[in-house]
Amino acid sequence: MALKTVTAINIYSDICKGCGICVDACKFGVFEMSTERGKQGYLLPKVVRLENCTKCELCELSCPDIAIEVIGG
Amino acid sequence: MHTLAKKIMREDQFPMVFCPGCGDGTITHLVGIAIDELGIIDDVCTVGGVGCSGWLASIFNVDFFKAIHGRTLPVAIALKLTRPSRKVLVFTGDGDCAAIGGNHFLHACHKNIDLTVVMINNQIYGMTGGQVAPTTPLGSTTPTSPYGKIEPALDLCKVAEAAGASFVSRWTTAHPKQLLRTLKKAIMHPGLAYVEVITQCPVQSGRYVHGSGDPVHLLKWIRENSLTKTQMEKLSPEERAGKMLIGDFLEEIRPEFTAKTYQFMAEVQASKKASVDLGR
Repeated sequence: MALKTVTAINIYSDICKGCGICVDACKFGVFEMSTERGKQGYLLPKVVRLENCTKCELCELSCPDIAIEVIGG
Repeated sequence: MHTLAKKIMREDQFPMVFCPGCGDGTITHLVGIAIDELGIIDDVCTVGGVGCSGWLASIFNVDFFKAIHGRTLPVAIALKLTRPSRKVLVFTGDGDCAAIGGNHFLHACHKNIDLTVVMINNQIYGMTGGQVAPTTPLGSTTPTSPYGKIEPALDLCKVAEAAGASFVSRWTTAHPKQLLRTLKKAIMHPGLAYVEVITQCPVQSGRYVHGSGDPVHLLKWIRENSLTKTQMEKLSPEERAGKMLIGDFLEEIRPEFTAKTYQFMAEVQASKKASVDLGR
């Protein structure tokens, strides 16, 4: 059960370069790599378990392209 | 686009110029948060050198100066002295600060002038093709050291401390929260604040020094090899080889160069005026 209510995690597909750091940074398995490609041509991560998010914001802070934003909480 | 990016960054800089997985983007974001939370966007001006690290200066929607290779600090000193209310942020790389601008770095630290120097240490000359830098670890093979580097890596935090900087700190991109806290302190510190950030370079140092171009693997390597002082003290001297010490090493208030210069100018003008009055 998540302590904080995060309403959405936005992944901006036009600037994401698919490095996979967010998948590694999240300790609760919120992200997974998908097979979908963004505007840059890289594979995008996707949010699969939003209910696990504790709003530690490590994904947002670690993202090298400022492409993740955690909304709410 | 991210709300913060819309607020304080240039929209035409997105998507960012960095390679996929490069830590420079993380540092940009953290410096952006620090500027936004401190509410100093109108006073900030940035100086960038040559190298991938120089790009950071141009991303923020503030006045910026792109200096020639290694000469970020003389420019920053001039910007600070001409308007002391400015918060000057200097983005410099390890080749820029430690090798080519080493002399300027020593003298800026010696002056203890109110600047924030963010030194981005990717352990190699990233932009120019992976040449060996003073901060490259011992034994690394690069295009200019094909049989391994002979000398150990230069510890620039110790250099800064010895030269007279009054805020010295080293963090990595694998510690974003600690780095953000330190950046906020460093920007508000009256005196030269030197913050070294060890970052991953998947394209050059990943390929040549660590043997992997995967940013996740490189971040794991950074996390495992960067230790705090307490963790470091538990290890034997043999085990310490190749490990990087992280933490806030020094923070003290000492007389600052800009304030001293303006005070000195006022004193000289007053004494001149007095002597002219006496002459009459």
